[in-house]
Amino acid sequence: MSSPHIRQSDASVQRIMLHVLLALAPGIAAYVWKVGAGILVNLAIASATALIAEALVLRLRKRPIAITVSDGSALVTAWLIALALPSIVPWWLTMIAALVAIAGAKHLYGGIGQNPFNPAMIAYCTAIVAYPALMSQWPAIGNTDFATQLQLILGGSREIDGITGATALDAMRTGLRNHAEVHAILASNAFGLAGGRGWEWIAAGYLAGGVFLLATRIIDWRLPFGFIVGMGVTAGIFWLIAPERFPSPLFHLASGGAMLAAFFIVTDPVTSASTPRGKLIFAAGIGVIAWFVRTFGAYPEGIAFGVLLMNICVPLIDRNTQPPVFGLRKETPP
Amino acid sequence: MISRLFRFRGGIKPASHKAESSAAPIRPAPLPRRLVVPLIQGSRGSARTIVTAGDKVLKGQCIGEAEGAGGTAIHAPASGTVLEIGRYPMAHPSGLESLAIVIEPDGEDRWIATEPLDPASASREDLILRIQASGIVGMGGATFPSHVKLGKGDGISTLLINGAECEPWITCDDRLMRERAVDVVTGARILRQLSGARRIVVGIEDNKPEAIAAMTAAVRESGAGDIDIVPVPTRYPAGGEKQLIRVLTGIEVPASKIASDFGVQCFNVGTAHAVCRALVHGEAMISRIVTVTGNVERPGNYEVALGTPVSHLLEFCGVKAGTSRILMGGPMMGFTLPSTEAPVTKGSNCIIAASPALFPPAPPEQPCIRCGSCASACPVGLHPFELYWLSRAKRFDDASKYRLFDCIECGCCAYVCPGHIPLVDYFRFAKSEIRALGEEQKAASQARTRFESRVARLAREKAEKAARLAAKVAETRAGLAAGDAALIAAAAERAKAQPAVADNDTSPTDPT
Repeated sequence: MSSPHIRQSDASVQRIMLHVLLALAPGIAAYVWKVGAGILVNLAIASATALIAEALVLRLRKRPIAITVSDGSALVTAWLIALALPSIVPWWLTMIAALVAIAGAKHLYGGIGQNPFNPAMIAYCTAIVAYPALMSQWPAIGNTDFATQLQLILGGSREIDGITGATALDAMRTGLRNHAEVHAILASNAFGLAGGRGWEWIAAGYLAGGVFLLATRIIDWRLPFGFIVGMGVTAGIFWLIAPERFPSPLFHLASGGAMLAAFFIVTDPVTSASTPRGKLIFAAGIGVIAWFVRTFGAYPEGIAFGVLLMNICVPLIDRNTQPPVFGLRKETPP
Repeated sequence: MISRLFRFRGGIKPASHKAESSAAPIRPAPLPRRLVVPLIQGSRGSARTIVTAGDKVLKGQCIGEAEGAGGTAIHAPASGTVLEIGRYPMAHPSGLESLAIVIEPDGEDRWIATEPLDPASASREDLILRIQASGIVGMGGATFPSHVKLGKGDGISTLLINGAECEPWITCDDRLMRERAVDVVTGARILRQLSGARRIVVGIEDNKPEAIAAMTAAVRESGAGDIDIVPVPTRYPAGGEKQLIRVLTGIEVPASKIASDFGVQCFNVGTAHAVCRALVHGEAMISRIVTVTGNVERPGNYEVALGTPVSHLLEFCGVKAGTSRILMGGPMMGFTLPSTEAPVTKGSNCIIAASPALFPPAPPEQPCIRCGSCASACPVGLHPFELYWLSRAKRFDDASKYRLFDCIECGCCAYVCPGHIPLVDYFRFAKSEIRALGEEQKAASQARTRFESRVARLAREKAEKAARLAAKVAETRAGLAAGDAALIAAAAERAKAQPAVADNDTSPTDPT
């Protein structure tokens, strides 16, 4: 046995993952409060699928099962998928998404730590490309009871008139394409204080969880900061030039998956850049791409595409942003 | 005066476990039945034995002279009889054997006549020679010969005395400063004189208030405020030489340079103490203070004669049941002793009896998730996980480019790793592979050079032979040609001379 002979007793992958799950709790609570308990069903479906898929693939790959299944990483992926998908998608879509994430995005590349792409975002992109209609049906705030949500998730019927509502990003997009002005669109019922009405509280829940992760040093501040600055500054520039055609940075950051992404997706250690400067570049890139996809692209939400595109760039970013080591920094005082 | 302290990046704060051994004063350890004194005690050279089996030796008598410029002398740690000079297992992770002088103490502990050397009147050269002849090497663990470090003695402005003692469990420097502060301060002043430094700064981690107080008092009582005693924040590895230089002066000495390049020299408090003993008291280095701690009945600090087998010391301190292995050095950078028969040497600062309860085995290794904990903990500013991936993939060139060789193997990365990856092991592996590859390449290029020069030599010899042959042929031909020409000429001469023989006194030269 060689040095060091002591280890930090509380350092474990499991502890990191449990902290992330815990940090998702405020956002999930707000979700249940504002949208309904259907999300809990989706969380359960995604979790079960992810854990079973993880165990099966590990078995196929003849790898130790218990230690990896219990590390919590599959659960984090599962929860992020459930939260990224509309909470009334049918059960099989959630299952497919979890399967794609675990068996495909994670294990085809070699399992935890080896995957270049964020598994939850691969799953989201697969779902939105394959089932664009289902992926656009978001429940309207406060309109649907749990039984109806459960029926939509588990049953076959998709009687969704009056149940779904346009999300803030959707409503803004549609309005702008019809040449309405931003302030006129924002006057509609779909919008609240900052983003979509009600959804802003869920975003606030994610923000609270993110602050917890920052305080416990599970995540590096550079990643959420870079993302928020990237998206905020891009939105801000256009908003200052033409406020009637481009909504404000606050609208962008409070809408869609921005807060979830800033603190839980961009911050995935495996697939994000690792150097201090690299983290800023990586996260800012996602924010910028997401804004462009939202504003000019074919999909209302562009964060997932931003994440995957920046995932590809990680080796390049890391290689070119290696910080100088001890003794080779410029600011060494004499 | 030190106006401000600087920070080094990274570092960790493991549980210190100092209290176990720091409470009791330094006690002498009893002499063993046999002392095994290795000839190699410094990192830059060895000693040449000057005794033979059967010789009677006195305590402090030189038994091995410094060999070469980097060697340091060794001395009899006790009076007695030289039994043999043989190969014994050493305190090294490999457990390899090396030459040692075995002495049987006679129990009288008679000192050889000591000859102090007054630093105020002796020449610098004499003082340096005495340091070498007293066998003084760095006591912090690296055992770098002090006379080599002192070098020419110019261009140094600051002398740092390292009393940080940042490794958990170890308290030998703490006790030394508490109990022998005056000698440490005297030694430090001699080292300043020899290094040519203007000021002395002593760095002590702030978890040793008694040592700080004792050292401050020693400086004050000696009447001069010429030494700064500076408490530094307790954060491993603050006692690493380059980390301490950074904290106290702000200077970062890169891996490719040494402290002297920046006008700084750094000695351990134990070294300063030894210098004082050697010059002021004339006592060569024959013992050191060793912390014995961990799973033992009587943990503490012991004045141990060099050459004392670790097993003897452990027996004296009472190893408790449940001890699974013995560590030499601290838990962060020390190693498991392959054999407790290995002797205590000049670099042996700590012996820890490790039990699974005190040192639980690392949990099973999990894959790296690139969480970056290791990078935040690295005092060198490396990205250990990047080096880990490269080492695993055996991409050694890239690992070197990512500055693998700047790694000081302090163990901070492995300590914090949530995947419990033995990162330092990977780096040691990669370093040795790269060194081996370098050796191979060197050997291959030497072989190629040899081959090429042989081919060149053979070609040259062949060419020379051919040239000689050609020259000889040419000479012969020329000779023959000249012969023919001479014959013809002679014949012509003769023909010409025939009518007037009387006119010609000289006979024509006969060319044959």
